[in-house]
Amino acid sequence: MSDAISISHVSYRFGDHLAVEDLSLDVHPGEIFGLLGPNGAGKTTTIRLINTLLPLQDGEVHVYGHDLRHEAMAVRRRLGYVPQQLSIEGGLTGRENVMWFARLFDVPRAERTERVDEVLAMVDLTDVAGRLASTYSGGMVRRLELAQALVNRPAVLVLDEPTVGLDPVARDSVWARVVDMQERYGTTVLLTTHYMEEADALCDRVALMHLGRLRAVGRPDELKTAQGPGASLEDVFRAFTGGNLVENERGGLRSVRSTRRTIHLG
Amino acid sequence: MSAAPVAPSIWADQDSRSVRGARLLGSRVVTFCLVELQKLKHDRTELVTRAVQPVLWLVVFGETFSRIRAIPTGNVPYLDYLAPGIIAQSALFIAIFYGIQIIWERDAGILTKLLVTPTPRVALVAGKAFAAGIRALAQAVVVVAVAALLGVALTWNPLRLLGVVVVVVLGAAFFSCLSMTIAGIVLKRDRLMGIGQAITMPLFFASNALYPISLMPGWLQTISRVNPLSYEVEALRGLLIGTATNYWIDFTVLGGAAIAGILAAAALLGRLSR
Repeated sequence: MSDAISISHVSYRFGDHLAVEDLSLDVHPGEIFGLLGPNGAGKTTTIRLINTLLPLQDGEVHVYGHDLRHEAMAVRRRLGYVPQQLSIEGGLTGRENVMWFARLFDVPRAERTERVDEVLAMVDLTDVAGRLASTYSGGMVRRLELAQALVNRPAVLVLDEPTVGLDPVARDSVWARVVDMQERYGTTVLLTTHYMEEADALCDRVALMHLGRLRAVGRPDELKTAQGPGASLEDVFRAFTGGNLVENERGGLRSVRSTRRTIHLG
Repeated sequence: MSAAPVAPSIWADQDSRSVRGARLLGSRVVTFCLVELQKLKHDRTELVTRAVQPVLWLVVFGETFSRIRAIPTGNVPYLDYLAPGIIAQSALFIAIFYGIQIIWERDAGILTKLLVTPTPRVALVAGKAFAAGIRALAQAVVVVAVAALLGVALTWNPLRLLGVVVVVVLGAAFFSCLSMTIAGIVLKRDRLMGIGQAITMPLFFASNALYPISLMPGWLQTISRVNPLSYEVEALRGLLIGTATNYWIDFTVLGGAAIAGILAAAALLGRLSR
């Protein structure tokens, strides 16, 4: 079976710094796939390569069979993207923000209003859609961004740290929409997070990244079982990186001790 | 690679609506202009605050210099001579702001999201450039109204006014691209603000907006002849108050400058997305 996203031998360098090193990874159609790791693990660089923001240096990426290097526009037509930063146009209303992206994705004129209404309802913003987005709370902004990404009905939804900076209620509500949408449309979801418990509860499969390298891939329960009885995903992560999330900032002391092995499960 | 997986039917239209080429460019330009109008609708105070300066130029500078009669403008009253220059100036000041806006959008993550949509960079920059044109146009309407109130004898010929619209939009498109090009080089908002302030006044003074080029010293005449603002003012003056000018040259320079600006800014846009 070919994959929704297929990454093979991708490396990316910022000057002297190797941000992603020989990464090979497949994301299956319709799954929720989590890319986990501390800051500096290479998660965001990987995402920015897949969504065409960074040029591919080494290796290949295919999205639903489309070669990223030669068919960037075809890839963009299939993607919905929510960046880490809360980023909407505060000078427009919620509805106008979504309509803007409907136009940028060439949603046919006849369907535009209906589609915009549909996604606004999905993220529970119908009642406030006429308000300027600058008056929205953080959680509302994030849900509006989901609506912007979904109005295209993307085959692949790419979410970079979608719940960072949100309170627990807002976080739950964002995750609920992601799952809902995945169930409704069969969308493949690729997300990054450093909340291990969220990844555990939500993701069909996860990949652990550390210092630009892939350390483990598999279903959360498989990874936990392989680690030992009663292990959490956090424990698995610690085992592969030789430290915990907070201490493993880029180039930290503990990185020296970290092993260079990668396991593939499932 | 083996056959791509069958995508759910709900995505079936994604390729059928792959708009290309000139249609894509046109569609994006219309989209960005619409967004600009919506923003303008929600914040009309900016229209008023931005009108203060051009009104001061007309009322204070214009009225005073009309009395002094220091600037020979033939048989055209000085205020009439000045009004098209002030329209071009207010369009310039608005357009120069767009580089700052694109850096702001980059810092806010909006630019990233725009670049991930199926919008080629040239179309994105062209969209922004014409959006600047829309805003400059809204400002021009205000200046024209004030000038009319001050008794400036402007044309009301719809064909000429249509020409004015084209000139103002092309001028704003060029200067916004100049600003976005510099943004792509300096990448920092405060640096761009400094540069923006450093170049707007010289662009304005080294043009025929306030006085005829023939009054200037030789070196300034040369600068003024390569300054697209001069051609914008020439065309506006010809269209609005009927002074003699070569529209072919004016429109060619403005159109060429706008296209060159869009290409230059688009080429540097990648630097802002990293």
